[in-house]
Amino acid sequence: MNEPLLRIVKNEAMSFKKKVLIRAVAVILALLVCGIVITLITGYNPVTVYVTMTQGAFGTKTRAWSTVKEMLMLSCIAIGLAPAFKMKFWNIGAEGQILVGGIVSAGCMIYLAKIGNAGLFILMFLLSALAGAVWAFLPALFKAKFNTNETLFTLMMNYVAIQLTSYFVAKWENPIGSNTVGVINQSGHEGWFPKICGSQYFISLIMVLVLAVFMHIYLKYTKHGYEIAVVGESENTARYAGISVTKVVIRTVLLSGAICGMAGFMAVAGASHTISTSTAGGRGFTAIIVAWLAKFDSATMILISLLLAFLESGSSEIASKCHLNDFASKIVIGIILFFILGSEFFINYKLIVGKKGEKK
Amino acid sequence: MKKRILSALMAAVMCLAAVGCGGNKPEGQTGETESVQRESVSEKKIGMILVGDENEGYTYAHIEGMRTAEVQNGLNDDNIIWKYSVPEDESCKEAAVDLVEQGCVAIFSNSYGHQTFMEEAAAEYPDVQFVSMTGDRAALSGLPNFSNAFTNVYESRFVSGVVAGMKVKELVEAGKLSAENMDGNKVKIGYVGAYPYAEVVSGYTAFFLGIQYIYPDVTMEVRYTNSWFDITAEAEAANALMADGCVIIGQHADSTGAPTAVQDANDKGKPVYSVGYNVDMLSVAPHAALTSATNVWSVYYNEAVKTILEGGKIPTDWSKGYADGAVAITKLGPDVAEGTSDKVDEVISAIKNGELKVFDAGSFTVGGKHLDSYHVDMNGNFSNEDPEDKEAIWDGYFHESELRSAPSFDIRIDGITELTAE
Repeated sequence: MNEPLLRIVKNEAMSFKKKVLIRAVAVILALLVCGIVITLITGYNPVTVYVTMTQGAFGTKTRAWSTVKEMLMLSCIAIGLAPAFKMKFWNIGAEGQILVGGIVSAGCMIYLAKIGNAGLFILMFLLSALAGAVWAFLPALFKAKFNTNETLFTLMMNYVAIQLTSYFVAKWENPIGSNTVGVINQSGHEGWFPKICGSQYFISLIMVLVLAVFMHIYLKYTKHGYEIAVVGESENTARYAGISVTKVVIRTVLLSGAICGMAGFMAVAGASHTISTSTAGGRGFTAIIVAWLAKFDSATMILISLLLAFLESGSSEIASKCHLNDFASKIVIGIILFFILGSEFFINYKLIVGKKGEKK
Repeated sequence: MKKRILSALMAAVMCLAAVGCGGNKPEGQTGETESVQRESVSEKKIGMILVGDENEGYTYAHIEGMRTAEVQNGLNDDNIIWKYSVPEDESCKEAAVDLVEQGCVAIFSNSYGHQTFMEEAAAEYPDVQFVSMTGDRAALSGLPNFSNAFTNVYESRFVSGVVAGMKVKELVEAGKLSAENMDGNKVKIGYVGAYPYAEVVSGYTAFFLGIQYIYPDVTMEVRYTNSWFDITAEAEAANALMADGCVIIGQHADSTGAPTAVQDANDKGKPVYSVGYNVDMLSVAPHAALTSATNVWSVYYNEAVKTILEGGKIPTDWSKGYADGAVAITKLGPDVAEGTSDKVDEVISAIKNGELKVFDAGSFTVGGKHLDSYHVDMNGNFSNEDPEDKEAIWDGYFHESELRSAPSFDIRIDGITELTAE
């Protein structure tokens, strides 16, 4: 009788408690491995490094808000991506949707500064959502009508958006030739999110919380959400059930693009007050990991964004305090993500060693 | 079983952690290990916001500069707080605010793109001094605690041009150049620039005039990469220039892309040579590299740190050159023309004592005419006809970096063609 030494079996029902336990073990193991790596490479006490990271991310009010800002950006984009990905529409184009939303917002700030903040915010909000939606609409239309590959299409739209951003940066650059737009409306602060509770990120926080609740309800408790789930599972089933796949695809992707466009508005009006090709800064891709890891659950997405933001701000503080190169701290982030992603395997499958395995 | 593995792992980590506690700090990246133990003369803290880290030539030069200033002013590592790889967006403002909260009395940023965010921070924290290196808005902003600083790097670019000119002269005299290297009777020179604005224009013009100082019959093509650091684009630009027959490739971009490409062509027997920027390029182009024009930032950081410790105000616009040792060229490569070293010394001393003006109005023409007047845009509106805009040419030369620290020479002179300018 030939029995494989190791067998992988799909694990259907695992208790919630056990899932949490596996994830916790993964995080602890990740921290341990990082500790060993840090000690071997640098000779620093890993505990010091973790304390430094925590201080870097939450040590002062400014730092905490800065970490929260990063978390908000990631969450907002992940929330935007969630419906599209749940429908198995691979929207790799968040980066571009953020940028066009950002361009439109920056444009409003530059040309419409006179109309007053209230009107400006409404316009920026609507127009950036529209811009993101339009950017996502093109690939969605082609997918629905001609069944083109949306992964490539949305990815390519990113490059178009980057070029478009370069164009506007050159158009609005200040001073000329410097290839930066500089801070827009530095004196009058027109179109800047006002400070509430001591931080200009407070409004973004509210925005993202509202979006999170909306998306949770939308995906879980509405007819639209149900249609998205069915189309994601099987287009044929959806057709059989009388769902218009074309309509659902286009509607969902429009929503996805609009929220990513809003993220661009948040980045420009709520944080940087400028626009550049790095406004999206790769977050459109990082947010894909966030959305997947969280299985499109709003609260989990926010938690995972927080973890990533914490690692990011923490690692730059390690670079500053311990004179460790930036890359050393990126290794730490890599190890932690590896373990967390790896733990999903042990949640979905179980390993059976040698003869103990039962025969089929 | 699982538990046992876990506890074994734990034990291993604890052991390692215990070793780590021994305080064996890593070696300082810049060789200033002894400074760790030194007592400091002051409690004051200084913040440094850097666009890169020690792996990037431009930032490395700034780190070196500040480390030297730290040692020379009797400070130690606790006095300086470093922020590495800070992007040119609101992260710069956040880094600045964080440094203020950590008690810094003065904060420096090293990249042009940090400027507007530094200005914002300066307006919010009037008790802290902010310096945007290579910036140009300090005087305009009217903020007393906001400053700019730049070296007179055009002087060292001129000298690096002299080195290139000597080589061109040698190549011509030895009959090593062919028809493709010539435009009529003029030798073709190439230049890889980052962006089409005053800092770069001032740099390549000084380089060009330096070559002409030795060998007047030259013409120059400038290609822009639209990036400060892009190895591939810089190599491509250099290759395009060499394909066009350029003999010397100068650069105002931070990577080793161009010198590496020039060395490749040189290895294949082409008579091509490179003049770099910021760092010695001999490691990547052992024969093709003639020299590089550099800034000696420690001269500035030294003065600034001294001022900070004395509780004084950092000058709004600071710019110094050869006379104070703030600029230099790197070690001459093995393939420079004979007599280059002596010529370089001669030119440097002429610049030092003021006999030689880099932007001598008699040495260049625009549209075939010599200029006797040129207004520099001082209020940042891109027009040079406002009452605030100042005359830069008097006593027969263009007074670069005197009206403000950042370069302002943006005149496109005869003999130079910009190929990818917008």
